[in-house]
Amino acid sequence: MARIEDLPPAFAEHLINLPCAEMGETPCVAGPPLARRRVAIVSTAGLGRKSEGGFNPGDADYRVIPANLPAGDLTMSHISVNYDRTGFQEDINIAFPIDRLRELAAAGEIGSVADYHYSFMGATDPTEMKAAVESLIGPLKADDVDAVVLIPV
Amino acid sequence: MSAIGHYLEAAGLPTVSISLIRLHTEKMRPPRALWVPYELGRPLGVPNDPTFQVRVLKAALALLEHTDGPILLDHAEDAPARAAGDAGDGWVCPVSFPAPAGAETPAAALKREIASLKPWQALAEERRGRTTVGQSGLSIDAVADYVAAFAADEATRPPLEGVTEAEAFKRLTDDLQAFYQEAATAQPGHGGRHVDVLDWFWDQTQAGQLLLACRERARDSGDTRLKFIAERLLVPQLARARLDL
Repeated sequence: MARIEDLPPAFAEHLINLPCAEMGETPCVAGPPLARRRVAIVSTAGLGRKSEGGFNPGDADYRVIPANLPAGDLTMSHISVNYDRTGFQEDINIAFPIDRLRELAAAGEIGSVADYHYSFMGATDPTEMKAAVESLIGPLKADDVDAVVLIPV
Repeated sequence: MSAIGHYLEAAGLPTVSISLIRLHTEKMRPPRALWVPYELGRPLGVPNDPTFQVRVLKAALALLEHTDGPILLDHAEDAPARAAGDAGDGWVCPVSFPAPAGAETPAAALKREIASLKPWQALAEERRGRTTVGQSGLSIDAVADYVAAFAADEATRPPLEGVTEAEAFKRLTDDLQAFYQEAATAQPGHGGRHVDVLDWFWDQTQAGQLLLACRERARDSGDTRLKFIAERLLVPQLARARLDL
């Protein structure tokens, strides 16, 4: 379904013409075996805690999602209406697979799950998020994260 | 998503990205990416299917062992058709809305429609232990009052403090759609196709008709942010294409 040819022509054209910054290549960083890695999720689904304000058009900042946040306190305020929300309504793991990470950690397939996870709102030009992303590097490293799974919506 | 991968990896943090729009990932060349053939909104493929989701997540995590990027791998597993009715023959909401008693205002028709869906939305909330309705902080009836009033008169102010009118409009109209989506997907026979809910909402409900009226009203507003939200961030492209908007 996310194949562009399956989308309505106007939306497909919008996606095809969306400017994508030339970012060259960034060398891959090596790490320990997966079974010893500590994994964090960084989402662009506009997720956040219900107690906070939602995302608005143009927002380039992020929200912090503690790993132990009850599912009922997680909200999605992405501004776009051009994607399915019913999957997230049924199961947060469709876009924020925190329970799956916990299961993989319990099974010894990953080392552990980070204490903190993060979400941006993907309708904003990602190059405008650079400063906010760079401000996350300290907290991620302080949480001993050495694997980040980036999940769009 | 790809840009974030570049920024974090450049700072020494290994990343892997799930990709939904392959074309964008091809252009932006993040260090590691797994393209998945799933609907926008469902990067892990299938809700409430942990086994399926784990396969996607493990395929993504496995790419972390690679240091020869940029690497873009295609995940081969399609999301399965999920139920009868998922074969493209559509879904019909089994809740029939009672006929109006005599002349009825659009606001009253909306309230009546919401009343008939409340048991289903409540069931969804009970089963899931959570709801996505409530970003505005208002009751669904208060949301309905605002939507009906705005559809009749664009000078109606949203009953929210501390946010702009445009932001309030977005939260209130998102709440209305979330309420209908949750109610629809809780009903028996629903095959889980998001497009069926969209078609039902925008073609058959009073709420959909009033939001379309709100969209037209907002075009007369002097508030450019409100106009932008109403034109671009209210009615999904799939529905706009069908309704020729």
